[in-house]
Amino acid sequence: MTDQKQAADFNEDEKQIIEDMITGDPEDMTIFGVSRRQFLKQLAVITGGFAAAQYIGPDELFAAPSVLVPGTIPINSIENGVNASFNVNGSPVALEVDSRMTLLDSLREKLQLTGTKKGCDHGQCGACTVIIDGNRVLSCLTLTACCQGKNVTTIEGLAKNNQLHPMQTAFIKHDGFQCGYCTPGQICSALALMDEAKKGEASYLTENIREKSLSVQLSDDEIRERMSGNICRCGAYPNIIAAIKEVHSGKEVAQNWQFA
Amino acid sequence: MRPFKFSTTADSNEVSKILIANPHARLLGGGTNLLDLMKEDVERPTELVEVGNIDVMKIVSPASATGSIVIPAVEKNARTANDPAIRENFPMLSQAILSGASAQIRNMATNGGNLNQRTRCTYFYDVAMPCNKREPGSGCGAMKGLNRMHAIFGWSDKCVAVHPSDMCVALAALDAVVKVQGANGKQRSIPFTAYHRLPGDQPQKDNTLQPGELITAIEIPKNNFAENSYYLKVRDRASYAFALISVAAAMELKNNKIVRVSIAMGGVAHKPWRASVAEKYLLHKEATEANFKIAAANEMKLAKPLEHNLYKVELGRKALVRALMQAANGGKTI
Repeated sequence: MTDQKQAADFNEDEKQIIEDMITGDPEDMTIFGVSRRQFLKQLAVITGGFAAAQYIGPDELFAAPSVLVPGTIPINSIENGVNASFNVNGSPVALEVDSRMTLLDSLREKLQLTGTKKGCDHGQCGACTVIIDGNRVLSCLTLTACCQGKNVTTIEGLAKNNQLHPMQTAFIKHDGFQCGYCTPGQICSALALMDEAKKGEASYLTENIREKSLSVQLSDDEIRERMSGNICRCGAYPNIIAAIKEVHSGKEVAQNWQFA
Repeated sequence: MRPFKFSTTADSNEVSKILIANPHARLLGGGTNLLDLMKEDVERPTELVEVGNIDVMKIVSPASATGSIVIPAVEKNARTANDPAIRENFPMLSQAILSGASAQIRNMATNGGNLNQRTRCTYFYDVAMPCNKREPGSGCGAMKGLNRMHAIFGWSDKCVAVHPSDMCVALAALDAVVKVQGANGKQRSIPFTAYHRLPGDQPQKDNTLQPGELITAIEIPKNNFAENSYYLKVRDRASYAFALISVAAAMELKNNKIVRVSIAMGGVAHKPWRASVAEKYLLHKEATEANFKIAAANEMKLAKPLEHNLYKVELGRKALVRALMQAANGGKTI
């Protein structure tokens, strides 16, 4: 695969870099955080031969470590690395991450689940809302390390068999967004809210806290209060409330908008 | 965020040892405040111990013979607020918790963590600003700065920050007890009003925990406030904002006469502020608006407002009256 790429593809500086790489102290040398020996081993797998190392093209040389053969990075290769195994949308995942890695960053950067959005990254906007073990939480303030053994549901996990979840359908029908950035968080949050109402959970607006009843019927004000952790910069609130009301009541709610 | 070691030690004695050996080790509850502060570089722990596994912090106590209820330190705020026994016996505590933060944050935040959350003073949060709480000796930016959100009671020339919790205001009014455990399993109980402290000369110390001590549970003694209590929160927007002023008002009435009363305020001091002057005035009096007004005015006479928070004195007076009226009215809107 590298036959066509000649050493002539490199300029003088690049040739020098490669020269240094091959002749430097093997113990000290690291390439993109991988030891020289390991890098060459991995390279050998990719290119089909040690000798090819001198003829590889820039694409291979500067590719991210993710193209390297999986399983060759030893466990605990990172300082303060932690292992976490959990389920995401029903599928098991096992990650070794820096202890600082939030669930939000793991979802987006490690698992390529970019539906969950990074808004403020400080727990103030709700864009990163996901559902863990049935509860809506903020993935930006959840460490990946704390997810061991848990079940995480993201916006990608709501549609089943190519059928949108009713909450997703309702958001489309009622135009519950403009730019759409807060929408995955809004929908995950709304979904968990349906469960909380079914269980009879109270809010600050509950008139009589002592009275416990299952299946709380939510007024518009109650929906606003209970969804206050999800900010919508575009101000699509009336339409978000209409969408949630439709799913919550099980009855059709008139659209606030129409085509001109 | 700076690098840290993450551990999941379950043995509380081991955790105490870690906390004593490393002053830069912190307990990680829900992370809703601590992780945010770490991202802001305000908190710089070198080790985090996840509390979810710590044995003594998750013990669910059976109903006690005295009628008190014990809530575990690691239980989530949302679960505590919706616990049937709490809703029935201490509805004001449920209201206070539910008035704080958002549903997502209440699902994450632990009870112990709620007590130990730091102030939201913007000068504390901004590492470019002086702050005696963050960096002792650096000065107080808020004292002569923007102090609209700051204290009107009990502040010192070192710090004018307020405690941000709603839950703690209700717990102060309910005379809760903080159960803690230190090195070698040594246990002690701290009355809630003695748990947090006023800033004095050491604003860096929010509470009276000793090195190595961790909160195991919070006990709320039985009372007869359930019928006549209310948590009122006044803020810049209708939801998901910290209190400008909040009032936890609870009373026990016999033929409209106040036989026991307990009032605490939030958003006014470095700790939940017991309105003892108002309480003293109201005891053995009729539960009337006129009496509530006098009690509130007496309490707010002690206020020492700063440049930008004079409004809190009048707002506090009105909030006290309104909370007391609503409590007297069975917690229902007046």
